[in-house]
Amino acid sequence: MTELLLILVPLAAAAVAVLWPYDRTRPWFLPATGLAHVLLAFGLMLRPPEAPFHAWFGYDPLARAVLPAVSLLFLGCAAYGVPYLRLRAERSNRVFVAGFLAALGLMSAAHMARHLGLLWIATEAVTLSSVPLLHFNNTPRAFEATWKYLLVGGTGIALSLLGSFCLGYASLQGGGTGDLTFTALMAQGTGLSRPWVLIAWVLLLVGYGTKMGLAPMHTWKPDAYGEAPGIVGAMLAGGVTTVAFTALLRVRGVVDAAGAGAVASRTLLVIGLFSTLVAALFLLSTRDFKRMLAYSSVEHMGILSLGAALGGAGLWAAFFHVWNNSMTKGALFLSAGNIRRAAGGRTIDEVSGMAILTPHSAAVFVAGLFAVTACPPFGPFFSELLMVKSAFAAGHGWAAAFFLGCLLLAFFGLTRVVFAIVYGRPRQLAREMDPRFRETLAVIVPPLGLLLLTLWLGVATPDALRAAWTAAVRQLTPTP
Amino acid sequence: MNDLLNLLIGLAMGLNLVALGTSRLPSLIRIAALQGMVLGIMPLVMEHELRVMLLAVAVATVSMKGLVIPALLRRAMRTANIDRDLDPLIGFLPSLLLGAAGMIGAVVLARRLPLRPEHHESLLVAGALASVLAGLLLLIGRSKAISQVCGYLILENGIYLFGLLLIHSTPLLVEGGILLDLTVAVFVIGIIVDRIQRAFDSLDTRKLTVLRE
Repeated sequence: MTELLLILVPLAAAAVAVLWPYDRTRPWFLPATGLAHVLLAFGLMLRPPEAPFHAWFGYDPLARAVLPAVSLLFLGCAAYGVPYLRLRAERSNRVFVAGFLAALGLMSAAHMARHLGLLWIATEAVTLSSVPLLHFNNTPRAFEATWKYLLVGGTGIALSLLGSFCLGYASLQGGGTGDLTFTALMAQGTGLSRPWVLIAWVLLLVGYGTKMGLAPMHTWKPDAYGEAPGIVGAMLAGGVTTVAFTALLRVRGVVDAAGAGAVASRTLLVIGLFSTLVAALFLLSTRDFKRMLAYSSVEHMGILSLGAALGGAGLWAAFFHVWNNSMTKGALFLSAGNIRRAAGGRTIDEVSGMAILTPHSAAVFVAGLFAVTACPPFGPFFSELLMVKSAFAAGHGWAAAFFLGCLLLAFFGLTRVVFAIVYGRPRQLAREMDPRFRETLAVIVPPLGLLLLTLWLGVATPDALRAAWTAAVRQLTPTP
Repeated sequence: MNDLLNLLIGLAMGLNLVALGTSRLPSLIRIAALQGMVLGIMPLVMEHELRVMLLAVAVATVSMKGLVIPALLRRAMRTANIDRDLDPLIGFLPSLLLGAAGMIGAVVLARRLPLRPEHHESLLVAGALASVLAGLLLLIGRSKAISQVCGYLILENGIYLFGLLLIHSTPLLVEGGILLDLTVAVFVIGIIVDRIQRAFDSLDTRKLTVLRE
């Protein structure tokens, strides 16, 4: 039962944070909880308890393969949160800290959910708990972004509930009991009614795909990421998207078992390639560096979907990529937050010369750019290389070629924006910023740490992680 | 028994069309509330014997969907002091026609899907699909924030209808959790509506256009 602590510790911390009377010390709840969560997540990954999984919640191989990445990202964001919230001392951080902690607990719950209904409840709860985080800045733009997030995300998540019900009905129609645990659904396998499984798959793909930000359901993403504070953007791009991806993988396991795996793979392949294409095209035209990160996230979700479509080695690469995505997005969003704060602007028309004003953040940002565009020796290079290899091995040569073309376009788009804001001479707007934003260690170490983790993942992928990913692949595809 | 249930579902489907055709915000809220109440009493009609938990779920649904949420929306409408007319992005007649076509499509589709013997005569699947479509139409076709929330409520009602197919097999705990989540969602939406009103001095979502490429 120790694994339930992964859910309960953050939720309890959130409750205490609500009651905590001091605004100055409340932010320290974030790193303290983050550290506890990281220790728990890694401890349980390396030494899994012997007891069989609870039917509803369990730290099963799939959760073990991805949740520690989210946990690490949270710790990085939490450490950054302390100096960030000190800068924003004019506002009460009660709701923000509590919402952030609750989001961690609910994300753990969603990763560990082994019941279709509970998975949905946890995912929806994550969405709701991140609403106050999104409009923390309280500007009209932030409310506009929140509204779109709620409406588009809410509709998507409602459709995934309908899909969950359809899958339940597939079980009933096939003579089952309508038990919605994934174990029971997978055990029923081909006994599930095929038409209902297909309807369920489409609805669940649209629903959780919206949450994940796959094109064409990605429209809320640039707005939300652009307006949210850096740490929230990082958590959304590296944590919430992982929740949705894990959910899709669990559902896909059931669809596979029901004998419709080929259909699922084909849809994932198409939607993945479409997402990378859409992201690449928007990256070529965007002028705002925070929205740029959102399109980059759409691209990486496309990559994950592609990996899931390939199955086997591709799926293993997708787990690898989940880690890389979380770490690089953390480094990029946090350093972009620093740059945004010092520059006082957010588009390449307003911002330039950040290498002079914030040299450390700019360095992390540029290194993060090379990481996210899959330059060696960063982790994403290796995961994407594996994916391309497995695409060729699976006979999807044209898909791999198309994918590489999109990556190249995305590279052009990203470098265009990043170098425009980093080089050149500082603009008037930034020189007038008062008080001057100082690059203290507290705001540099978290993004730098996440960046170094990306590097480490690429150069020396730990064997424990490799084993965890292999176990997760085996869980999803029981018969090799 | 089944006839009574079908009558209620038919009523809910009719309300979809009324919602699509109405041009006033207060009546749209009233229709969504009424539909919620009709849905709330359905579990009682479906069961042969009354159980305490079932009764509790029914009471909770009726009071949430029928009373609390509409009251919240009405309050938001009053404090926002907005124009009570709905200006549609998709006109009333086209949306009515689309809604009616969707309803027919839903009935046809429901007949073609494999259903369990006890659901053959029931309109549940057709009603669910028709409501989901009507909700989506309202979400897309109306510009005021509150009317979009009503669309979202009708969409949810459709999903709730579908959930009734599984009422014997899903644990009540899960159903309760789903209901709670949906309620909180609408609460949160209500709060954001209020904030949008203060920030933009309007609830017309067409004004939310700062963020674009």
